[in-house]
Amino acid sequence: MTSEFVIETEGLTKEFKGFRAVNNVGLQVRRGTIHALIGPNGAGKTTCFNLITKFLQPTTGRILYNGRDITAAKPHDVARMGLVRSFQISAVFPHLTVLENVRVALQRPLGTSFHFWRPEGSVEVLNDRAMELLEQVGVDAYADLQAVELPYGRKRALEIATTLALDPEMLLLDEPMAGMGREDIRRIADLIRRVAKNRTVLMVEHNLSVVADLSDRITVLARGEILAEGSYAEVSSNPAVVEAYMGTGHG
Amino acid sequence: MTNRSILAASGRTSSGRTASGRPASGRNVELIVFAVLVAGLTVAPLMVYPILLMKVLCFALFACAFNLLIGYGGLLSFGHAMFFGFAAYVSGYTIKAWGFPTELGILAGAAVAAVLGLVAGSIAIRRQGIYFAMVTLALAQMVFFFCLQAPFTGGEDGIQAIPRRPIFGVIDISRDIVLFYVVLAIFAAGFLIIWRTIHSPFGQVLKAIRENEARAISLGYAVDRFKLMAFVLSATLSGLAGATKAVVFQLASLTDVTWQMSGEVVLMTLVGGMGTVFGPIVGAAVIVVMQNTFTGFGEWVLVAQGCIFVLTVLLFRRGIVGEIVALAQRRRGEEDAAPPPVAEPADKQPPSDRGGVRASAAAGPSEASAPVSS
Repeated sequence: MTSEFVIETEGLTKEFKGFRAVNNVGLQVRRGTIHALIGPNGAGKTTCFNLITKFLQPTTGRILYNGRDITAAKPHDVARMGLVRSFQISAVFPHLTVLENVRVALQRPLGTSFHFWRPEGSVEVLNDRAMELLEQVGVDAYADLQAVELPYGRKRALEIATTLALDPEMLLLDEPMAGMGREDIRRIADLIRRVAKNRTVLMVEHNLSVVADLSDRITVLARGEILAEGSYAEVSSNPAVVEAYMGTGHG
Repeated sequence: MTNRSILAASGRTSSGRTASGRPASGRNVELIVFAVLVAGLTVAPLMVYPILLMKVLCFALFACAFNLLIGYGGLLSFGHAMFFGFAAYVSGYTIKAWGFPTELGILAGAAVAAVLGLVAGSIAIRRQGIYFAMVTLALAQMVFFFCLQAPFTGGEDGIQAIPRRPIFGVIDISRDIVLFYVVLAIFAAGFLIIWRTIHSPFGQVLKAIRENEARAISLGYAVDRFKLMAFVLSATLSGLAGATKAVVFQLASLTDVTWQMSGEVVLMTLVGGMGTVFGPIVGAAVIVVMQNTFTGFGEWVLVAQGCIFVLTVLLFRRGIVGEIVALAQRRRGEEDAAPPPVAEPADKQPPSDRGGVRASAAAGPSEASAPVSS
C-alpha cells in the first residue's frame, strides 16, 4: 500500500480489429497528485481510461494498482478497491432523486443490497450522510429533485458527490469539464482541487487552462503512444507536442 | 422541462424539505390505493362475473411481474409466456396426475418457473437490449416446442379438467365465488412481494442499473447478479400467475406458452404504464375486458388490440397510469410554483457561454447543448 505510484501500467496495448488505439503505454501516476492525460482527438485517452478502470480488457500489458496486478479484475471489483471513475457524459441516474443518486453509492457497504424483502426505510439511515455529500458539492438544495432536472453543471457536481460517497483512494475523471460554461468550470475546478486533497486524481481533459491550473503532472498522448510527460511548462514548450496539436488543427 | 420549472422546483425543495418525508409518503399513498383496490375487488363479484375477474387478476399479476423486470430493471423480455404457460402445465399436471393439493400444485408451478427463470436468465443477461429480448424469445420458443411434443402436456389438447381440490383441505373452491377470493389473496400477496421489491435496497440498485448500467458498475455493483435476481423474481411470480390461471380455468394449454402471450403481457404493461406500480393492473384489465367484450367479432379483437397499441405508443407514451401520474405531478408543480422561486444566479447562465473557454474544438456530449432534457 505504500508504493510511490498508485497506478502503473506496463506496455499497455489495445487493438481494435488491427487498429492500435493504445500502444505500449507505460503510465505512472504518483500518489497524491493530480495527473492529466491530454492529447489530440483519437489519441487514445479515453481508451486508456477504460483500460485502467477495466471497462476494456487490454490486448497486452499489465496494470498495477498499489503494486497489485489488476489486469484480470472486473470493473466492479476495481471500484470496490477504491479506483472510481466518472464518465464523459455526466453519469447520474436521471430518474432517481438527487438524494437517491448519492445514497445508492453509499448503500453497498450496508450489505443489504440484495435484500428485496427489506423495506426501503432501511437505507434511509444513510440520508444524513448523503445530505452531507450533497452539501459539499453545493447541490443539497435540490435533494428531492429528479437528477434529470438539474442543470448540466450541477449534474457533474452530483456525479462527483456520488463518486466521493465511495471514499475512493483514486479518482479517474473523464473530461470533467466537457460541455460546461465558464461559471461551472470554475466551480468544478475548485471542487476537484478540494476533493483531491487526500487522494490521487487521473483526469482526461481538453480544456488546457484547466489542465494548466489543476494538474501536477501531464502526460501527452498522440496516436496511442506517450509523446511527452512533465509539468505544464515542460510539456507546452515541447515542440513535438505543439506539432501534434497544430498538426491536427487544435491549439 | 423549461428553465422556469427548474427554478420553481428548486424553490420548492429549499423551502421546508424533510430528508425522508416525501418518498415515504409516496409509498403510503401506493398502499392506500392498493387497499382501496382490494376492498373494491372484494365486492366486485356482486356485479361482475367471477371467472372474468379471476382472469383479470391472473393477468394483472403476470403483467406486474413482467413490469418488475422491464419497468424497474429496464430488461425487455420477449419470452415471459414460458414462465406463465409452463407453470400452468406444472400445476395442472401435479394436481391432476400426481394428486397434489391445489395450493401445493400452484406452488410447484411457481417453483419450476423460478428454476426455469434461473436457467433462462443466466443465458439471457449476458446480452443487452434487443439481443436480450431475442434470446428470451428463442428460449421461449424452445419451451413452446417442448410443450407441444412432451407427453405429459397433452399436446394440442392441453391438460383438461384439472380438479379443484379444497385449499388446505377445507376451503371448497369448486364454487367460483370462493375461488375468486383465493385468487384475490394470491394476487394481493404477489403484488405486495413486487411492491416490497420495488421499494427495497435491492430495488434501489435495480433502478440505478436501469438508469445507467455503466455507472452502477463503476460504483462497485456486480450488475449481472442484480439483473439475474430480478429475472428470477419476475419469472417466479409470472409462474404463480400462470399456475393460478390453470386452476381457475381447469385447463393448461399451448395458448399460454405461445409467443403471442409474451407479446400480450408487453402490451398490457405498456398500455397501463411501464414502471408504474398500478399500470400493469389497469393494462391487464383493459386488454382482458376488451378481449372478452369482442369475442363475438373473432379476429377483429387482434385488430382492435393493434390499434390500442399504436395509439398508446403515439399518444400516451407513459401508458394510462403513467399519464395520470405525470398530470398529477404537473398540477402539484404548478401549485408549488406560487411562492417566489429561489435560485442561484449561476444556473441562469446563457447557453452561448457554454464551451467558450474550451481550448479544443472537440465536440462535447450532446447533453451540453440541452442541459436539461425531459
